[in-house]
Amino acid sequence: MKRPPGVPMSQWPSPHGYVLPARPPEEVTVTIDGREVKAKAGDLLIRVAQDHGTYIPRFCWHERLMPVGMCRMCLVEVEGMRGFQISCATAVTDGMVVHTQTPAVKDVQEGILEFLLINHPLDCPICDRGGECPLQDQTLAFGPGESRLIEEKRHWEKPTPLSDLIYLDRERCIQCGRCTRFADEIAGEPMIAFGERGWRTEVVAFPDQPYTSNFSCNVVQLCPVGALTARPYRFVARPWDLGSTETSCTMCAVQCRGSLESTSNHLVRLLGVDSEPVNHGWLCDKGRFYYEAVHSDDRVRTPMIRREGELVECSWPEALAAAAEGLAHARDTHGASSVAVLGGARGTNEDAYAWARLAKGVLGTDNVDAQLGDGLDPEAILGLPGATIADLDRARAIVLLAPDLREELPVLYLRARRAADELEVPLVDLAPVANCLTRYATAVARSLPGGEGHVGAAVARVLGGEAPDDDRLQPLADALAGRTGPVVVVLGRTNLADSGAGVLGAAEALAGVADTSFLMAIRRGNVRGALDLGLAPRFLPGRVALDAGRAWFTERWGAVPASSGLDAVGILDAAADGTVQALVLLGADPVGDFPDRERARAALASAPFVVAVDAFLTDSNHRADVFLPAELWGEKDGSVTNIEGRVQRVAARISADGVPMPDWRVAAELARYLGHAWDWRSAEDVQDEIAATCPAHAEVDARLLRRARDGVVLPLADHRDSVVLEPLRVPITHYSWEPLHPTPAEPSEPDALAADTAEGASDRPRDEDAESTLEDASTAVSPIAPVPALYRRVAPSGRTPTSTRDAYSLRLVSGRTLYDGGIAVSASPSLAGLVRPPRLRCHPQDRDRLGVADGDEVRITSSRTTANATVHGDDGVVAGTCTLAFNVATDGIDAAELIDARAPVTDLRVETVR
Amino acid sequence: MPVEETRIVTRRLREHPEDSWTIECYLATGGYEMLRRALEMAPAQVQDEQVKASGLRGRGGAGFGTGQKWSFLPPGVYPRYLAVNGDEGEPSTFKDHMLIERDPHQIIEGAIIAAYAIEAHHAFVYVRGEFALGAERLEQAVTDAYASGFIGRDILGSGFDLDVVVHRGAGAYIAGDETGLLSSLEGERAMPRIKPPFPAVQGLYAQPTVVNNVETVSTIPHILRMGGEEYAKLGVNRSTGTRIFSVSGHVERPGNYEIELGLTFRDLIEGLAGGVRGGKKLKFLIPGGASSPWLMPQHLDEPLDMDHVTKELRSMLGSGAVMVYDEDTNPVLVAWRLAKFFARESCGKCTPCREGSFWIERILYRIVNGRGRPQDLDLLLSFGNHIVPGLNAPFAQTTICALGPSTMSPVVSLDRWFRDEVLAQCAPAAAGIPVAGA
Repeated sequence: MKRPPGVPMSQWPSPHGYVLPARPPEEVTVTIDGREVKAKAGDLLIRVAQDHGTYIPRFCWHERLMPVGMCRMCLVEVEGMRGFQISCATAVTDGMVVHTQTPAVKDVQEGILEFLLINHPLDCPICDRGGECPLQDQTLAFGPGESRLIEEKRHWEKPTPLSDLIYLDRERCIQCGRCTRFADEIAGEPMIAFGERGWRTEVVAFPDQPYTSNFSCNVVQLCPVGALTARPYRFVARPWDLGSTETSCTMCAVQCRGSLESTSNHLVRLLGVDSEPVNHGWLCDKGRFYYEAVHSDDRVRTPMIRREGELVECSWPEALAAAAEGLAHARDTHGASSVAVLGGARGTNEDAYAWARLAKGVLGTDNVDAQLGDGLDPEAILGLPGATIADLDRARAIVLLAPDLREELPVLYLRARRAADELEVPLVDLAPVANCLTRYATAVARSLPGGEGHVGAAVARVLGGEAPDDDRLQPLADALAGRTGPVVVVLGRTNLADSGAGVLGAAEALAGVADTSFLMAIRRGNVRGALDLGLAPRFLPGRVALDAGRAWFTERWGAVPASSGLDAVGILDAAADGTVQALVLLGADPVGDFPDRERARAALASAPFVVAVDAFLTDSNHRADVFLPAELWGEKDGSVTNIEGRVQRVAARISADGVPMPDWRVAAELARYLGHAWDWRSAEDVQDEIAATCPAHAEVDARLLRRARDGVVLPLADHRDSVVLEPLRVPITHYSWEPLHPTPAEPSEPDALAADTAEGASDRPRDEDAESTLEDASTAVSPIAPVPALYRRVAPSGRTPTSTRDAYSLRLVSGRTLYDGGIAVSASPSLAGLVRPPRLRCHPQDRDRLGVADGDEVRITSSRTTANATVHGDDGVVAGTCTLAFNVATDGIDAAELIDARAPVTDLRVETVR
Repeated sequence: MPVEETRIVTRRLREHPEDSWTIECYLATGGYEMLRRALEMAPAQVQDEQVKASGLRGRGGAGFGTGQKWSFLPPGVYPRYLAVNGDEGEPSTFKDHMLIERDPHQIIEGAIIAAYAIEAHHAFVYVRGEFALGAERLEQAVTDAYASGFIGRDILGSGFDLDVVVHRGAGAYIAGDETGLLSSLEGERAMPRIKPPFPAVQGLYAQPTVVNNVETVSTIPHILRMGGEEYAKLGVNRSTGTRIFSVSGHVERPGNYEIELGLTFRDLIEGLAGGVRGGKKLKFLIPGGASSPWLMPQHLDEPLDMDHVTKELRSMLGSGAVMVYDEDTNPVLVAWRLAKFFARESCGKCTPCREGSFWIERILYRIVNGRGRPQDLDLLLSFGNHIVPGLNAPFAQTTICALGPSTMSPVVSLDRWFRDEVLAQCAPAAAGIPVAGA
């Protein structure tokens, strides 16, 4: 038998292309300690046992990490196999008989614990893990009573820093490899690894390179002993003194689930909670340590009013009366459109609804925008078909048309990376510069800012099955062969220095591809909830266009704005030219955060009357006429909505110092001063009103939110199958180093949900109408106005960029970094030190054309200003463009100074300095 | 009765000590002829009619049937890889060292035939980092073989392609473990992997991979020359053919001796190595590298038969390194020195090995230094039982690879043969050390 001259190695299938023969998941029967259980073939024994109530002790195994079999704690006996098997790496097969409790197993478990303890210091009384330490707990449960070791234990210098945030105590380390595997497998940043060998094995970072990752402190939570500790929590509390509440992080719009912990009315820790649809238990460091800002000394905790040019403390009635009077005065003398509300993305859904109702129903203005010129048109966000985060996992392809996810929506990056890398979903990168996902991309097609529409259309044609006319897309066409499922477009504002029209043009083209949905990569904490609930021009709460919902909301609120209003740019311009007389800053800092600082300054300098609802004094609101202190995350209950439209509860863990109020209550009080009584006593009352009035939120009331384990994706009618109901939300009692295992995720029956709602109604007094579905309720309440339809995007926007570009110009691409100049970072001591100075980066070719070297100073000139900056070459930047981070208040230059928000793109003239 | 070596694998390097490693010498002594013969057969023929029929078993230590190992490759999954294990790190083993330095072409020819038989187009020879001269000669040999058309595209007009890569290790004992070697080849830390999946199913770069020892591979051309069935007539029972034994320690003539399996330890030690040095008496011997439990003078007439040594003598022939100790030896000192090696070389992956080897070393060190306690030997056995439940070969181990159990071999041997001597060295009241649980 002769084989033809062989295939060259370069054409061999990729080593990663090898997969075990795919078999349909079949059910097998396994006997665990004499009990027969059903399991999916190939599932890991340790998981099957745990799902059926048999806890096998373990240290290195973690639900979300690859099995490594290092600790050997999970050894069990399997009949027919010699010796002991590690249950974390043993797949179940039909008829397998497993013993986890035999004397031999107990003896080995005791032995392994004895080994783990021989070099582990018994400093539990001063160890931060003491009291919630798996090694401590399992030694108690499975270990020997006393030590037989009389030799000296190994000693290291303790502790040593792995980074600014993490300390490593090598003496306590039991070499489970959870941290190193997280860094490698989950974050894709293998910056820590094992060094040395044998009993000297230690976790090391590279010399002179600390473990600086946006996700670094997940390893602290993963560590099964006290070897890794986070600086902010070191020696702060004992675990048994902590109270905890499950909540959502609102640092970005992914809204990871977490367990917020406090002691003595002081927040001390946020731990990730494993939520399958959202965050898999991970948090970014910014979200993890944001709680520090809540306790910042810079918090404003008392209302203030401007008297004789100075902000002075006053009582709430004084402040509210002054604010109401100022707003009413503007409305009455200059018309409703002279009032504007900027912001609202920081709060809860209830805050957003209350302020939407105040602005649109009471003050009658549509000049309301929760986005500060850094998002997308609300028409696109609310109107394009939505995808869920989990859709990434099963997508036919992912189109990335978004800013650097690792900086803006960090945990979404982990999901997208997992989809592209581990699950091998083709990813096409259309972002304007190289970003965190580029290395996982199947195809990369960049364009000049403003020109995304063409490449988006080209991708749409390939997704539609046409042969690619662009060579860069050939790998995508190849990878699509044989794949099914939806196309998920991760859509965001790729560049704060252009108008976003190009991205929207691409989105329009992609929306034409069958089975395409969009995941909105917009960053601000609850921006999706704010837009959904009407804090956007041209919209009313519940994803209803202004005109479509006019009759419905007039009936419920008494009034709605007569005509559509302005977005953030328009509001700032109107404030500058005097059209807007009264401006409400709802947790907004346009001077710091709007991508056109000059415009923001001009607006605030001119606005006659400014009301600030905020927790901190900022560059924008320090000249407010009335300052109303707001409660922050951790201090208030409510619900929030993430990028996929998932509504989940946030919970108060502490009560605020001073007299701040939640934003919704500020709105309700102002409404009262303006003559409207809203009968709300708690955030849940607002939730119930939202459920009753907002079409997209139909049925999503307080009671459902209390019971839905993973929240509810809006609208409920489309996502009813994914709702998992629990009997009652219980506080977390075991600290989630261990993935939480709620009851197995069974999609609830639609009938069960309806029945439950009805049953729930009997528990407490409710309107009769609430027992039936919203459609029924609406017809019962309002025979006149039918429920308005949810907004669907129909027509494309027709803006095309024009520019005065010359040979010296580089088109600016600006995006955010995780640690920026925002108040959340500067008010959190642990985060403030992580800000990195921005760098002007351009393609090495452009740098060489200028005749400068890396680090040389150049002069950059935009239509706004001229500044000096140091330039660095980076071949991830497209030739003809340059990048500069936005809102990083380090000395040097901030892109916000260079951008003109009315210009379609920002071209910079870059010149050498002589 | 004079004992003779049966030189098959070592014949060329013994007969041509001045240039056995050159391609000229290799070709002049019939080199690469067997490659031609193999390429005329179908791969399955080489595998079944030759290698499997020869009964050849791995020479690295575990003694697994080579043909059987090859047959575990899942059909139809390509590419496949061949890795030749030349990371000879077992203390006192030095046979592969000699073969790599002095007959590299024999390894290459064997590797080409093996790769052909398993239909691999890429073979790696993993050479221990310390073998500087060996690596140099092997690399030269690979270069020469490429130049002569024995490796590369369309080898000898057969249509078979093969690339051979020489990879030098970085000095870890554990890289000699089958899966540790694969991890090391991939550029990772040399840490053993969980099995299953076995390398034959998912090995190098997650592809089906065969890992064979240098001596095993070197034997393959000779199997083809003699014919598989003819080769199987050498040896005894299931231990067919010849093996190279590295005899060291207190003997008159230490060195490598290739003998037919089935001869006795006495033949090897007294017949070939000249007996115990200086006319002294044998105290004990280690039959198969540092990992194997020790044997005593009464075992000298036992045959060198892998299964016999494993089953009847509760030890193993392992890598074929026989260490001989005379009557003046302190067995505790030997055990401590070996334990120190294992504690140093444990990769740190599994808890029992990483921590257990540390503890064993510390306790033996204490005994050696006169601070042993009477209960220390039982303590060693007691927690050793958690590394090797049952304290017996074949190992039912709690670790991933065999390094952990290996650390217990010296301790088990102390208990088995020198319990009184150890206890005598443990002074009950020595040095006033605290005695926990006494």
